[in-house]
Order: sequence, then structure tokens, then C-alpha cells
Amino acid sequence: MTVVRRWYGASALHLLLMAGAFALIGYAGVRLLSGDVVGVLVWFVGAAVLHDLVFLPGYTLVDRGWRWVAGRLTGRGRGAGGDGRARVRLTNHVRVPAVVSALLFLVYFPLILGPSESYLSKSGLPGHPFAGRWLLVCAFLFAASALVGAVRYARASSDDHSA
Amino acid sequence: MDEHTDRTRRSAPVGPEGSSSRQDGLRAFLRDGPPLGPTRPKFWRSPIRGPWTTSVLGAVLLVGLTLVAVTGLLSYAAYNPDLTPVNDKTPDKGLLGFYLFAWPTDPPWLYRLTQGVHVTLGIVLVPVLLAKLWSVIPLFFAWPPVRSVAHALERLSLLCLVGGALFVFATGLLNVQLEYVFPGSFYVLHFYGSWVFLGGFAVHVATKAPTMVRALREGPAGAKESGGGAPSGGAGLLSPDPAPATLSRGGLLGMVGLGSLALLAVTVGQSIGGPLRSTAVLAPRGRSGAGPGDFPVNNTAARAGVGEDDVGAGWRLTVRGGGREAVLSREDLLALPQHDAALPIACVEGWSTQNQDWSGVRLADLAGLVGVWGPTAVVVESLQRGGSFTSAGLRANQVGDPRSLLALRVNGADLSLDHGYPARVIVPASPGVHNTKWVGRLTFGESP
Repeated sequence: MTVVRRWYGASALHLLLMAGAFALIGYAGVRLLSGDVVGVLVWFVGAAVLHDLVFLPGYTLVDRGWRWVAGRLTGRGRGAGGDGRARVRLTNHVRVPAVVSALLFLVYFPLILGPSESYLSKSGLPGHPFAGRWLLVCAFLFAASALVGAVRYARASSDDHSA
Repeated sequence: MDEHTDRTRRSAPVGPEGSSSRQDGLRAFLRDGPPLGPTRPKFWRSPIRGPWTTSVLGAVLLVGLTLVAVTGLLSYAAYNPDLTPVNDKTPDKGLLGFYLFAWPTDPPWLYRLTQGVHVTLGIVLVPVLLAKLWSVIPLFFAWPPVRSVAHALERLSLLCLVGGALFVFATGLLNVQLEYVFPGSFYVLHFYGSWVFLGGFAVHVATKAPTMVRALREGPAGAKESGGGAPSGGAGLLSPDPAPATLSRGGLLGMVGLGSLALLAVTVGQSIGGPLRSTAVLAPRGRSGAGPGDFPVNNTAARAGVGEDDVGAGWRLTVRGGGREAVLSREDLLALPQHDAALPIACVEGWSTQNQDWSGVRLADLAGLVGVWGPTAVVVESLQRGGSFTSAGLRANQVGDPRSLLALRVNGADLSLDHGYPARVIVPASPGVHNTKWVGRLTFGESP
């Protein structure tokens, strides 16, 4: 047991689990790679690398950029009572609808950017309604968020007056 | 693991007194990683990362992805790939077909349900998957990158987990939008990719489930108090230098839930059908055609290469079996006993229709026409040119079901050309592409 731990770095049970899992992964992996080896590897490994090194840092930077802008718009009152709250509120009332709109785009971008030739000829459904529909959904999300934000703002300022 | 790290640190080669500062620098680099950047815990400043956040998202994925995987495997079984080579898009599956069984015909909405859940739930889980990956990103950069053989294998299994999940989600999402840009056959990539993912998933669940349960028990506050130390298992997730919060943990989960809800709202109508279909404003089959065939088609006649002259007065159906052959015109078929069946169409792409009223000749009656009585399988061949489902095999339980028809009419009118005129197969609970359209030949054989 201690020998396994010293040379392997975990318990024998862990080793057994890994052996079983990699037997399955190998068995399926060989078949996955039986066609276009390079293409599949690029897609498979590329998906993970692209997500971790491009996509995630990308949306983090966009979010950080927006937080900076929101801070500027609300007078940079970090943590200073009302101003800090206003900054957080502005941040999130744009952040939430933006994230939801982005998720809808991420899932349905092939249709939104214009359905494929296969889609048009197989389904027999005419036209390209998806971009317009997506924009309408986005507009609805931002409008709903703005409405909720306005109600909250009105309530908060009436509280301030009564206090 | 921490013990192990300590030991490595202690046993790191210790130079003689007054060793060069260059050696010290190298040693520090090996121990702590680059002085700046994502390998340093202080690089990660989100105040809402932590074992509880990750565990809530993990628990949702544990249940959700298991359901998506099971319904996916059921969909493979629904094609009856072990019946005949024409049904099998992954003929070298070997042991991975261990669980296959004769797909039932009851309840008739079975494939509607399993495949609707597979596609819709998969889409709904996209925000949860992305949030989960966001919540654990500091671990991707953890230093040292490899601590032991066990750790190296675990990281490799994580590549199968994360790469596999993204790969399978990407191929699935592209396929339902008929955007065939992936490197190979969808069936091959999605099926074997899923098994690679499941290997990584099994390791991850087995090694992390105790951590998840503990973190969920401790709750968001418990995770905070444990300060990211090893006891809570949250090492590396909690920021040692958190930035001021702009969103609470609950707020993050709420935003993820809202994303899932929005995706559900613009998608699920295509699987419910009827008047709710039009609510699926972004889904590929949120619309249908017009007329008595007012339900979506998977493939138009034009795309399948079936023209008016293929299906005009000269069209004949060939029925073979038991060494005999019968050739019938559409009038001959209409003269045979007609039966009705209310059955849905359900596509592997996740969309489906409510029950449509089909009428036509029972498959079992057509088998009897060439003297094949009792349980028998059939291979159905279409007139269509090219495409991946020009023929399909049906099992004896499907042929023998009294609701299985060679349909000539739907909803009180002759089939439209796009719905398979002059004759198409309709079988309860069978995947849509096995309900062959523009049928040209039926070959009945012995029950396999």
C-alpha cells in the first residue's frame, strides 16, 4: 500500500479506478479517432483549450471592462453608501440580460447567423427569421431588466426620502 | 495530496551553504510557479468562487448530464443497430453495444419523451456547464501542473471530461441546427465522444463526490469559514484576496438559472408541438409547413431527390418475402383493408409532433400478402437518392404491432409529397428517420 502511495501518489483503489476509466476511454477513443484523426483531435482538445484560454478570459475581460464603465458612470463611489449600491445595480442590470442574450447566441448562433443550406433544403422552412427574433428577445430582456431596475431605484430613493 | 506536496517540498534538493541565487530562483519557480499570473492563487479574485458554488453546479450536472447520457444511449438502442447493418452508423461499436435491447413500441410517445429530454435538457444545461467550468478555472492553472503519477492521470481524465463535454455538446448543438461542419459522421463523433466523456465523468464523480457532499452540507457560509483550507476540500477555489462582490453566490446561481430558463423557453415548444410549437422562437423546428400535413418534415422530397415522376401513376410497391414477390400500385394498396393509427413523429434532433391521424395498410398484412405469417423483421427501402437513411430495418415487435402502418393518408388527406407520398412507414415509438418515406420496396425476412 505504502509502495503504491509513494510511487503513484494515491491509493491502490485510485489506481484501479484510473485503469478502468482509461480502458474505456482508450476503447472508445480509438473508434472516435478511426476517421479524421487530426480533425477530431483538433476539435476535442481544441474545445477545452479554446474554452480555458480564449473564451473564459474573453468574457471575463468584457465583464471587467463593463464594471469599470459602470463605475465611471456612477461616479466611482466604491463602497461609499448610495453610490456603491448604484454601481452594483447598474452593473447587474446590464450584466444579467447581456449574459442571457449571449447564452442564447452561443447555443443558436448557426441559425441566428443564417441557417445552413442543409437546414433550408431539408426542413423546407423559408426565410431567415432567427437573427430578428434573437434581437427581439435581447431587446425584451434588456427592457425587462431596465424596468425592474427602475422600480428598484424608485423604491430605494423613496426609502431614502422617508428615512 | 497536501502531505505529498509537503514531502516534495522537504525533499527538494538543498544546495550547499551559500548556493547561488540563481539556483534559489529556479527552486522557487519550481515550487511556486511563475511570480505573476494565473498559477498564483492571488491572481483569482472572484469572491463567489468556492467549494459550495462549484458543488451546487456539480450536483445539477451530476443529475442532468446523467439523464442526458442515459437518454442518449437509449436513442442509440431505439435505432435497433444490432438488427441489420443498415441501421448501424457505428458498426465497430463492439462492447459499447453491450446494453442494446429490442426497442419497444409502447408507449408510442416513448422516443418523443426520451429524445425530447435528451436534446432539450442538453441545451438547458449549457449555462450550468459553462458556470461550472468558470468556477473551477483556477485549478486548471494550479501549480505545480503535475504532482504525481496519480495527479497526472487525473488531469488527463479531466481533459477527457472537459474536452469530451464541450465536444459532445458542440456536435449535438450543431447537428440539431443542421450545420454539418464537424470532422466526420455525427453518429460516430457523438457516440464515441460520449463514451470518452463518460470515462472522464466516472473518474470525476468517484473522486469528487465526497468533496461535493461535504461542501453542500457545510453550505455557503461553511465554505467561507474554512478559508479554502484542505479540510473543506476547497483548496484553490476560494480566493485568498477576494475583490468586493458585485454579485452574490445566490445571484450567480440565479443568473445561471435564468439563462437555462430562457433556453428552455425558446426551445421546448418544438418538442411539445401543437399550438405551443411557435413559442420555440429560436429552435430549428419552431415552425411547421401549411395544409393537412401541418407538422414539420425532417427531409423534403426535393432534397431527397424524389420528383413527381418517381411517384406518379407509374409508382409500384414491391413486397418480397419467403421467396415470393408482390407488386402493388397505390390503388391496389387502397383496396386492401385500411387501418387508422394516431402516432407522433419524433426526430433524433429533439423536435417532435403530437399524434397525427395516419391511415393505411398494416405492415403485418403486407407480410401476409407474400405468405409470411407470424413474427418477422422487415427492411424498408425508399426511392430517395442518397442521404444516410435510404433504408431501415424494423424488428418483429415493430412489424407485428397493429398500429404499424404503411401509411397512405394523414389527417384525412393523401400524404403530401414532403410527407412521403405515395406511401410511408409509421411505427409507434420509433425514431423519425426509421419511418421511411417514399417507400419502394419491403423485404420481409425471418425474425432475427
